[in-house]
Amino acid sequence: MSTLQMDFDLGPEGGLRALNSWLHGNTSLAPLPKVRVLNPDGAHAIACGADAPFEIDVMGHAGYYVAGMNKHAKVTVHGNASTGAAENMMSGEVRIKGFASTSAGASAHGGCLIVEGDASLRCGISLKGGDIVVGGNVGSFSAFMAQAGRLVICGDAGEALGDSLYEAVIYVRGKVASLGADARFEDMTPADLAGLQALLTLAGFPHDPAEFRKVASARSLYHWNADANQEY
Amino acid sequence: MEESASFDGHTIDYIQRASATGLYEIRGMGAKRALPHFDDLLLLGASLSRYPLEGYREKCATRTVLGSRYASKPLELDIPITIAGMSFGALSANVKESLGRAASAVGTSTTTGDGGMTDEERRSSKHLVYQCLPSRYGFNPDDLRRADAIEVVIGQGAKPGGGGMLLGQKVNPRVAKMRTLPEGVDQRSASRHPDWTGPDDLAIKIRELREITDWQKPIYVKVGATRVFHDVKLAVHSGADVVVVDGMQGGTAATQLAFIEHVGIPTLAAVRQAADALEDLNMTGVVQLIVSGGIRSGADAAKALALGADAVSIGQGILVSLGCNSSSYMHRGQHIDVTAEYAALGTRPGMCHHCHTGRCPVGVTTQDAILEQRLEVETGAHRVRNYLKTLTMELTMLARACGKQDVHHLEREDLVALTVESAAMAGVPLAGTHWIPGRDNQPA
Repeated sequence: MSTLQMDFDLGPEGGLRALNSWLHGNTSLAPLPKVRVLNPDGAHAIACGADAPFEIDVMGHAGYYVAGMNKHAKVTVHGNASTGAAENMMSGEVRIKGFASTSAGASAHGGCLIVEGDASLRCGISLKGGDIVVGGNVGSFSAFMAQAGRLVICGDAGEALGDSLYEAVIYVRGKVASLGADARFEDMTPADLAGLQALLTLAGFPHDPAEFRKVASARSLYHWNADANQEY
Repeated sequence: MEESASFDGHTIDYIQRASATGLYEIRGMGAKRALPHFDDLLLLGASLSRYPLEGYREKCATRTVLGSRYASKPLELDIPITIAGMSFGALSANVKESLGRAASAVGTSTTTGDGGMTDEERRSSKHLVYQCLPSRYGFNPDDLRRADAIEVVIGQGAKPGGGGMLLGQKVNPRVAKMRTLPEGVDQRSASRHPDWTGPDDLAIKIRELREITDWQKPIYVKVGATRVFHDVKLAVHSGADVVVVDGMQGGTAATQLAFIEHVGIPTLAAVRQAADALEDLNMTGVVQLIVSGGIRSGADAAKALALGADAVSIGQGILVSLGCNSSSYMHRGQHIDVTAEYAALGTRPGMCHHCHTGRCPVGVTTQDAILEQRLEVETGAHRVRNYLKTLTMELTMLARACGKQDVHHLEREDLVALTVESAAMAGVPLAGTHWIPGRDNQPA
């Protein structure tokens, strides 16, 4: 183990606590060592609460809440991730090389979550300003009640996409099974195309932004209105 | 003339209002219907078979430790009476600061709410509990780390199964920014957490929160009182240090009337079920129980502790101590009458539940820049401190009368019930008998 790379083996008992404790206690090291997480084997809460621009490689599959509440760190999962990957992320970048389970990027305030494979149900639920780019498909109720930020879907979307959206925006390249309440298709603006291109470039996906459609809120649920036959 | 029992004036008003608006009624505060409550219990003071403590001389301890199961830094409070979660948004920044100052002055905790943590609140609070709610408004790791405890909110007594609500008139620029919402939007919070479902997931969520905070902070789980026995057990299995049970008398800043009056169970029934669940798991004293929902007085607190609570939490009582439902507010030592402003809201002092409008005449539940000035921080803090001190004195006085050197020594044997219903719910004998309805203890 060199001083510029720290390895944490999650195989032995106490490995996860040692990893997270070290990440929380060494935020001011200069330079910050690269961190490798060995034998993750689906452990939960790997590298959660990181608060410095660490580069962290998780060498296998991660359990729930990998990189949860991340600030600044760049985390790469060389495998799949379970529920709540990068939930409540504030900044930084999290890349899932495989697939992501439910609620990927839930409530993320900032940063960018990239899922190279598919993401399951409720991807980007309650999103609060972060960006999510999914290389494959997303499941139903993705971007449910998403308040701000962007969700890019390079594949297809499941049922009720963007249900009860606030100001978050969705870009979808494939088929949409159905839109959720108050979500609607809107025309792409030059600003949308430029922003989308930047996200695709960051994620490393070669798609043309012109192939995407935009979904945003119709804002008809923003205020109580009995005559609008709203479902409250 | 004869009024119908089924279609009384209240019911007719309800139907006609629904017909006129096409929307259900939304209001603040808690259930107004008559419910079995702590008033239906009595404490048995000492006499010949029990020995009292001298009321004004002998010590009666009130120190309360919350979160000793797993947290390396449990909360150590001077009294077992805490301030419940109420959001910045529902309440003004002045009010939140007042609560922090008052809680700190008496050595207890206050709690954030569905809107995140304000700097004023953090600065003024020695012990601050940070709520993790389904909406996750304003939720962030920095505030998580600067909190003293974390409360995962599953539900609240006023609306178990429902999400929060804040109408547009209270979503001012600061509230909107903290919640990442458009200004003026009628905000409806989610009722489920975005990243977990069910108790097995909750266990993993709690573990994540512990990892982020390096296992230092106590983690509470708060449930609205419904299937309390099972919910408390599941919360314990999920790894909670503290379980908070909020009965249906618990208040809210805004929710549907039908929810407030028709969902949940009374606090009196909830506290006994919660205590039974902890006993069943052999977790009494390991996992602490906080009870809330209509706690008003030191007597209520004493009875809740006797039934098995480790602490109580108060919301509406705190608002009333600040001046909620008063006919006037204080300005430079003068009472300013606001009866006309209550009338403009269609109500009057003592009846008001119009927190949802944001037009609180006494400046408590408002985000209006002018109205909120009616509650001065110093005045509010002083009044709440007085209220909490009074409750504590009542609590220790009653505990001493029952022969206890520590308020946590109050026990069920110190209680009897005035009604069959309350005896059954609380699991204590009907006064003057040995009979506990529903329990096979009738002496031969």
